[in-house]
Amino acid sequence: MGKRTIIPFGPQHPVLPEPVHLDLVLEDEIVVAAIPQIGFVHRGLEKLVEKRDYNQFMYVAERICGICSFGHSLGYAQTIEALMDVEIPKRAEYLRVIWHELSRIHSHLLWLGLVADGFGYESLFMHTWRLRERVLDIFEKTTGGRVIFSACTVGGVVHDIENSELSGIVAVLDGLASEYAELSGAFLKDTSVNNRLVGVGVLTKEQAYDLSAVGPFGRASGLPYDIRSIGYGGYADLANFVPVTSPAGDSYARCEVRVKEVLASIEIIKELVAKIPAGEIAVAVKGAPAAGSQVVSRLEQPRGEAFYYAKGNGTKFLDRFRVRTPTSINIPGMVTALAGCQLADVPMIVLTIDPCISCTER
Amino acid sequence: MGSFKLGRMTMRSLLGKPATAMYPVVPPVYFERTKGHVENDIETCILCSICEKKCPSQAIVVDKPAKSWTIDPFRCVQCNACVIACPKQCLTMVNTYTAPATSKSTLTVTKAEAAS
Repeated sequence: MGKRTIIPFGPQHPVLPEPVHLDLVLEDEIVVAAIPQIGFVHRGLEKLVEKRDYNQFMYVAERICGICSFGHSLGYAQTIEALMDVEIPKRAEYLRVIWHELSRIHSHLLWLGLVADGFGYESLFMHTWRLRERVLDIFEKTTGGRVIFSACTVGGVVHDIENSELSGIVAVLDGLASEYAELSGAFLKDTSVNNRLVGVGVLTKEQAYDLSAVGPFGRASGLPYDIRSIGYGGYADLANFVPVTSPAGDSYARCEVRVKEVLASIEIIKELVAKIPAGEIAVAVKGAPAAGSQVVSRLEQPRGEAFYYAKGNGTKFLDRFRVRTPTSINIPGMVTALAGCQLADVPMIVLTIDPCISCTER
Repeated sequence: MGSFKLGRMTMRSLLGKPATAMYPVVPPVYFERTKGHVENDIETCILCSICEKKCPSQAIVVDKPAKSWTIDPFRCVQCNACVIACPKQCLTMVNTYTAPATSKSTLTVTKAEAAS
């Protein structure tokens, strides 16, 4: 046994987009254990629910995370609608899923760019983010915002997308898909990329199950676990939804799952655009959640399952609102995947769970 | 497996137009719905204060006795809540951004009858 050394990693590190600290226990160059620490960007957003009424809190909820901003507004809206027994129009459900899947495409493209930057392939990073711009343009055109949309409201959505504009979105996505095929070839078939990813940070299916890994991180270990399968909102009307999985459990598999999920999301959007019904986009919601009413709701965000809890107290202000984000549940899996890897692979493995620490700490 | 998988795309970007706009020589193009900043047509405004109550970031202050409407552009998060709630549709979300500034300031509009 070599001499053990503890190396601090983060919270500020060039490869980390957000602050997470790891104490890496090393034997020579091999990581024996990693002790994570978070708590550097806590903003107390959940407490704010006592100071903003349930309609205003929508704008706070979507600021929990910059990348899954639509996911959080959708999750919050679903939770409050369940709390108040509101049924929203079908068209609004479809529009929400279309925006949510566009968010997944932009989130995965962002992650693919970051991972390319992480292993030092700058041109791949630039090209991935160039394609991502087209999705952001769709957001700006349809909602008015590139990052924060404010498109969801309790009872439906704020903006409608005309059917002609929806066909325009499909045309943009078709153009994106042809260029994306070339990019995905670079991620999945390039030898230099494979040398950095294959066999790095392995998490077996049993470990993933035991540690409740969610999202692409869990699916890359062969767990077919995707909340979209339960058919919430517009997902119920999809003809066939099969989660994208890969059995290997290494960093390459996590990359592969995300690469394929982008294509799956494009297919979902196309199917929903073909099926979208006409009609209202929102219903008026009056009153307040009943005193003592509680509800939980779940949602598949780009990073995995997010869990929401809300409790009403008879006024327009909620008693409690709680979010459990995919990153917080994936940290034990990440620590397990880190054990036994080379020090040089640590940034890569930390990136492969797509950590969103701002989400986790809120 | 193989190498140079990104070759065609790289060649195209070497020979083609730049992917980014040459800002500030080329001005940015905003979409119709782009959330830039909120403006108030004060002559239509009835100073009902609904926008002040709906604003999640407390950026709007309505002063009824002085007949003025004030917005703090540095607090405003462009959520559109005031524009949606306005009963007289006098608030509009304009698709251009406010100019950068070196110090924080607020913007007040006052009804003409009060100003004279």
